[in-house]
Amino acid sequence: MSAELDKAFARAKARGEGALVAYAMAGDPDLPRSVDVFAAMVEGGADVLEIGVAFSDPIADGPVIQAASERALKAGATLRRVLDEVVPEVRRRCPETPLVIMTYVNVVMAMGEERYAKLARERGIVGTILPDLPPEESAGIRAAFDKEGVDLVPLCAPTTPPARAEAIARDARGFVYCVSVAGVTGMRAELPPDLSQRLDLVKRAASVPVVAGFGISNAETARPLVAHADGVVVGSALVKAAHADGPAAAKQLCADIKRGLKR
Amino acid sequence: MTTDTAVGRFGRYGGRYVPETLVPALLELEEAYAKAQKDASFGEEVTRVLREYVGRPTTLTPAHRLTEAWGGAQVWLKREDLAHTGAHKINNTVGQVLLARRMGKKRIIAETGAGQHGVATATACALFGLPCEVFMGALDVERQALNVFRMRALGAVVRPVESGSRTLKDAMNEAMRVWVSQVQDTYYVIGSAAGPHPYPTIVRDFQSVIGREIRAQTLATIGRLPDAIIACVGGGSNAIGALHPFIPDTAVRLVGVEAAGHGLESGQHGASLTLGTEGVLHGSRSLVLQDEHGQIQEAHSISAGLDYPGVGPELAHLAKTGRMEVRTATDDDALAAFYEVARTEGILPALETSHAFAAARSLARDMGKGKHLVINCSGRGDKDVATISARGVPPATGVKS
Repeated sequence: MSAELDKAFARAKARGEGALVAYAMAGDPDLPRSVDVFAAMVEGGADVLEIGVAFSDPIADGPVIQAASERALKAGATLRRVLDEVVPEVRRRCPETPLVIMTYVNVVMAMGEERYAKLARERGIVGTILPDLPPEESAGIRAAFDKEGVDLVPLCAPTTPPARAEAIARDARGFVYCVSVAGVTGMRAELPPDLSQRLDLVKRAASVPVVAGFGISNAETARPLVAHADGVVVGSALVKAAHADGPAAAKQLCADIKRGLKR
Repeated sequence: MTTDTAVGRFGRYGGRYVPETLVPALLELEEAYAKAQKDASFGEEVTRVLREYVGRPTTLTPAHRLTEAWGGAQVWLKREDLAHTGAHKINNTVGQVLLARRMGKKRIIAETGAGQHGVATATACALFGLPCEVFMGALDVERQALNVFRMRALGAVVRPVESGSRTLKDAMNEAMRVWVSQVQDTYYVIGSAAGPHPYPTIVRDFQSVIGREIRAQTLATIGRLPDAIIACVGGGSNAIGALHPFIPDTAVRLVGVEAAGHGLESGQHGASLTLGTEGVLHGSRSLVLQDEHGQIQEAHSISAGLDYPGVGPELAHLAKTGRMEVRTATDDDALAAFYEVARTEGILPALETSHAFAAARSLARDMGKGKHLVINCSGRGDKDVATISARGVPPATGVKS
């Protein structure tokens, strides 16, 4: 696993906090202003940045991120431009924060997985999340990423049977992304009661940090998870805040969630 | 020759590119389907419903006047338009809804473009008493009012999808999103031979009844297999159903016809086999219309059923390996063919099917006399009359005004 990710999770742990993996859509509302959102989230306390790269047909995403994808595509966001124009600038402004790309497999395939991995490493990306690439289909892409030292972060779902979840966790790179609810990205009023058990199971098997994501939108939804996970991913709530009220709102929300992540 | 190269793969194409949440459901479906295939009673039940309710076998009609007009091969029409609900789509929905019932699923969801698959799913759900929701692009809801009414009349809920291009691909995205949220008790009936494994195989198997009947019927009427079979290709369920049983018969030419829309050079078409590049859409790797950045492009066709930027993975494999020849027909070609078939054979073909007819004329001429050409008449044109009549109807033939 990448030393940068390792350090970021260790720093949060040393402070007695769960880590906050904060997601925003690159290119929403446009490329330069999305950089401001990422930087603001780090000021608010984000430990890892998840940089969304828009795809025209985002089947794993709920309405908030779907709408953000459409805005980003209209603004001309492409994987190439995100790597050339957004990532280096975020890196410059937040040199300590590990950067992870989240997009769909077709976007990476269109660039070529080897070319992507090389370019991503050169620009300072340490990991990549592809929500429509289950383990059965990931061998080739993962080998290409491994070669460049870019972690292919696997996902684990509420519907994943225990033995499969353990295998995914054992074999993970970067961190394990535990999807909290059977559904698409988006805020939820409450999370399933068995989530903590599933996180415990994955945590026992994993040699890398374990984070919970989907449906977490504030300190209250994050708080119960810190006992069972190394951190949380927050996406839709941040995208919504940044879209409605700009970078300062995303910063404020990050700070609020970080308070909920204190152990 | 078989097209299966690994589980769920057709050469380079196929696979299962979906969120992890869905993988266990797809594994469950794969296992349930394998068990059902081994259970003779399941196959018998599907066959019985197809016979007693759908009206199978559909006839193989000799098209005497088209044969004469085209002056080439003897033309035969495989009459899927005569199946209940007016298209081949019912072959698959009967099979899948029976499979869903066998798996103990409580509700059915589906996506639809032109509405034929939605109507066929709603029909099977009514027949077997399961609640049904159909996702349909908001633009298609406007274009296909008759089929929207039919689905509602059959007791289904039609959910217009406002995202993206508001057509079939967006309906499919939305159906997948809803399925992810309700995967425990919900069965997703996919209508094209596309989507994640095992759907391309399941849909192909249920639709292969078309090709098996063509085989038996040509053996009975002409004493041998046909020389060529032609079918239109959107996602490709009618094509793979008609063509698949003939893949090992290399003397039989297999021909697929895609929508060239306003013309291949216009950028507004649905020709993913002809101009698509390798990519992942809706859970499988196949040929898709996309830009250099991997963003899926909007397809265009006068026919809502061919207005899809992807194609089933097995057809992509057949096209790339050369086993299937691929031709195209424009919107205008399809409209001209619609009237030609209407006035020559007394059949109003669906606009999808009209593309197959448009390309069949030159194929029949190339083949020449003494050869036999089967056109898969995938559906009837009633659903398209508003679209077609809006362009004006040519004057009556052979009548003095």
